[in-house]
Amino acid sequence: MLETKASPNISKSTGLPRKRFYRARAHSNPLSDSHFPVPISPSHVDYSLHYPHVFLPSSDQNDSSKKIQFADIGCGFGGLLISLSTLFPETLMIGMELRDKVTEYVKERILALRVANPGQYQNISVTRTNSMKYIPNYFEKGQLSKMFFLFPDPHFKEKNHRRRVISTHLLDEYAYALGVGGIIYTITDVEELGEWMKACLESHPMFEALTEKELEADPVVELLSSATEEGQKVARNGGQTFRAVYRRIMPPL
Amino acid sequence: MEDAPIEDGENHKDIDVAPALISVHPAQESVAVTVGSELRVFDLHGGGSAVSLVDDSHGPFHKDSIRAIRYGANGKVFVSAGDDKLVKIWSTESWHCICTVSSEKRVTAVALSNDGLHVCFADKFGVVWVVDLDSVDSNQALVNKKAVQMLAHYCSIITSLEFSPDGRFIVSADRDFKIRVTVFPKKPLDGAHEIQSFCLGHTEFVSCLAFVSTSEYPQGFLVSGSGDSTVRLWNISSGSLLDTCEVEVKAGLLESNRRGEECNSAITDLCTIPDCTMIAVAIQSLQGIVLLSCDLSARTLSIAKVVSIMGETFIPTSSRASFSAGLLWMVAGVSNLRGFDHPSLARVRIISGFNKSNLDPQEFEPIVLEDNEIPGGYKLLEKLQGSVAVEEKVFLAAAEAVKTAMSNLLVKKQYSVEKREFRKRTRNDRKTKQ
Repeated sequence: MLETKASPNISKSTGLPRKRFYRARAHSNPLSDSHFPVPISPSHVDYSLHYPHVFLPSSDQNDSSKKIQFADIGCGFGGLLISLSTLFPETLMIGMELRDKVTEYVKERILALRVANPGQYQNISVTRTNSMKYIPNYFEKGQLSKMFFLFPDPHFKEKNHRRRVISTHLLDEYAYALGVGGIIYTITDVEELGEWMKACLESHPMFEALTEKELEADPVVELLSSATEEGQKVARNGGQTFRAVYRRIMPPL
Repeated sequence: MEDAPIEDGENHKDIDVAPALISVHPAQESVAVTVGSELRVFDLHGGGSAVSLVDDSHGPFHKDSIRAIRYGANGKVFVSAGDDKLVKIWSTESWHCICTVSSEKRVTAVALSNDGLHVCFADKFGVVWVVDLDSVDSNQALVNKKAVQMLAHYCSIITSLEFSPDGRFIVSADRDFKIRVTVFPKKPLDGAHEIQSFCLGHTEFVSCLAFVSTSEYPQGFLVSGSGDSTVRLWNISSGSLLDTCEVEVKAGLLESNRRGEECNSAITDLCTIPDCTMIAVAIQSLQGIVLLSCDLSARTLSIAKVVSIMGETFIPTSSRASFSAGLLWMVAGVSNLRGFDHPSLARVRIISGFNKSNLDPQEFEPIVLEDNEIPGGYKLLEKLQGSVAVEEKVFLAAAEAVKTAMSNLLVKKQYSVEKREFRKRTRNDRKTKQ
């Protein structure tokens, strides 16, 4: 711990990691072969590493039935996770991010928050992975109740559309990981991408749109644009956002 | 092992060899063998005769290596596809090409639905396409059929496609260690969106899939072979792993075959013997074939027998069993082999004795048929092999070439840290500062 305190990456006043030391490329190629470890199957995900207070590493008396329920895909600097953590203190959630430096930052940020607020932020964690490839390695069928795709890379060129994190084929996998009734949240400040995501979800037989009333009643919806770093940036610049929130349903027979 | 896969990643272009494949008509009316771009078919009716294929599109039937062939379950159609991005559907009566479907990418696997109405094929980018054969009349050429995307593994090479015995599921395996079980929908042209399960447990690329089913277990169990040199047994409706068989270790092949070498030999092919619960397993570097027996009530796999082929170097690249005759057809061979007089070669061997009477794997005695004993005799060999005799050392070189090609294609490359840093430094998409 002494080392952490002496680290120049950590701000002396707040104890939080400073973003300027975790600069990374804005984009990472999701098509390239990965060089990070991937769990063989969901049962190989070590929960005691991610949530040491909930899953004590040495004891077998863990509440083993507890599983990750929220996944923030492409969590970036982790703003949403941190807001959700206190809103749903009993729910385990994980951020998935492909850029390793950004993942390192979120890791440090969560650790610092846990030190500064004892007993809090024990339900959030982050992992470096390519969620377009490895969702089934992390989550069992129907395990998740919420998935977030906030301000994903727009990939404007048609040639690169297959790099988009929302596509008809990938929605099949998200529908597998989400339980019936689970909700998928997407938001972007790029109109073209907003339309694309909405069209993919609309045409998919295993998703239906939430009604306006349901959207208003959901406390998470307003966090989509306010909690994330990217969302705050858009608001600061007075930009527009495009939202699509859909529920996982049983496929029609 | 640590050092071996670290390589340039550029040098694989010149080793583009394709293993020879074999497929047998469900009622053993004909046998097909491919070597490279060549498709050879032998008709076993009567005394047997070589088949000449007819394709109205002129020129060679396939312009590049064929990577997948298969007969439909009812034996009426035959499908071939490969690196030339063409999927050809043949009538097995006239051996006319009734339909040619163009693919955007190279094709790696094909499968036909059990009712024979749909052809599915997978490409090197992980997309599985479907073509409906609804209006296929075997005497009449089809107008250009278009394939439709049905499902996709995200940017991964699909190595094998298989329908479940009851036709409810389509199973796809990829190089990312993954097996996906998807509900085969009533309208496949609208896409297959409902994933039943993922079968996860392999620690290398999955190379082959097969189903074991009996009258007591009509829904069947999935077996898969992999670069991690294991064969695994799965329950596809839950995706749970039922048993793992480390074939090399269990069959005692490690001691005899190599000394101190850590590298695993990949499972290259699986073939279930119809009406009995035995599985023929082809392994890299093994001269012969391993027979596994599968106990479906206990859900276990065990080694039944290692069948060695005496008198020649025969490392099978593909094997298929006929449904009726109790024969296991095997082929060993390769195309585009460099530095030899015969750039492509194939050798066909047959194991007999898989009759329903001797279901007990303990008492089972396989017989490797001599060349003069096989159906079709020398006439068949001449057609399918291209020649009757091939030199011994060429086969060793062929087996080695197939092995290298497979690991180049499917094993993930491990770059050293220095190499990765170097590549990052020399990126050409970096913006130059003004």
